[in-house]
Amino acid sequence: MSDNLIHTLSSLGDSETMSADVARLHDRLVERASATGSLDLGYRVVDSPVGRLLLAATDDGLARLAFESEDHDAVLDSLATRIGSRILRDDKRFDELAHELDDYFTGRRRTFDVPVDLRLAHGFRLEVLRHLRDIPYGHTESYGQVAASTGRATAVRAVGSACATNPVPIVVPCHRVVRSDGSLGGYLGGLAVKRRLLDLESAA
Amino acid sequence: MKRPFEQAVTEHGTVVLRVCRAVLGVEEADDAWSETFLSALRAWADLPDDADVRGWLITIAHRKAIDVARARSRRAAPVDRLPEQLAPPSDRPDLALPDDALWSALAALPDKQRQCVAYHHVAGLPHTEVAAIVGGTPAAARRACADGIARLRLTYASKEVSSHV
Repeated sequence: MSDNLIHTLSSLGDSETMSADVARLHDRLVERASATGSLDLGYRVVDSPVGRLLLAATDDGLARLAFESEDHDAVLDSLATRIGSRILRDDKRFDELAHELDDYFTGRRRTFDVPVDLRLAHGFRLEVLRHLRDIPYGHTESYGQVAASTGRATAVRAVGSACATNPVPIVVPCHRVVRSDGSLGGYLGGLAVKRRLLDLESAA
Repeated sequence: MKRPFEQAVTEHGTVVLRVCRAVLGVEEADDAWSETFLSALRAWADLPDDADVRGWLITIAHRKAIDVARARSRRAAPVDRLPEQLAPPSDRPDLALPDDALWSALAALPDKQRQCVAYHHVAGLPHTEVAAIVGGTPAAARRACADGIARLRLTYASKEVSSHV
């Protein structure tokens, strides 16, 4: 009988209602933490036609959008090191961005209005990202053109790295940068995703 | 700690809730859990990477449970209401537990025995860690835990046997 008692103690409560209770308390924790500015980042995972997307934001705005192929857990670990580890999943946040993404993928939206926090990018890469936001929907520029318009015509490779390390793809449209011969170049989410985004934009 | 705090909630949220319920009862456990995790979140970045997260959380929960219990005793005459508070509230049928008898048996233990039983058997911490949390020597923590279990066997386990006959 002892071991019955010890076992009951180690698994007190019905596991299903326990996890529902923890989920409810988790939501309350997120609310209190956000209200008191105790979070470095909140995140949520949403479904999209290009796979599940991780969205992570600071109080200032969207700091990271990650494709499934990047491994969301690895991305969160890296955000914890680079921005701060006070990170909680927040399923109530990002409704507006989720909505904008839906509209974008169905061709009803051409630009994103949510605030973006580019604190993960620095120096020339940051400059490139700022320029990318000016490439209009449905248009492309070559890596060389981007380099020229940031005033460093020879920095073609650096433009490539800026695109490859873009913390907020789709929203900052690095997919609109292609090779001067018209081939795709690279993409963080894989070339099939880049192709898909460009096709979507040219069809609209 | 460099890992996302969310992992601490995923890995230890349930056990901390069990401990809070064992120590305080179902109704007040929510407050203690919330205070524990909010406070842990704020201190998370300063916690060394090799720290024992579960033990650290239980240590915080212990202090928060004391705060909650103190606030309760300031609010009202506690003695005759205690067993009632430890039972699941009647307006929350989802909290109704099959082992009501165990909750009341736990509630009837002296504080130190209940804490030692909760931290050792519910949270799975070794007696040395339990001692560091409740104060005193590991031997005293082990004894309090054993006394608590002996008492639970008398009250809860006998009921359990009779109710299944």
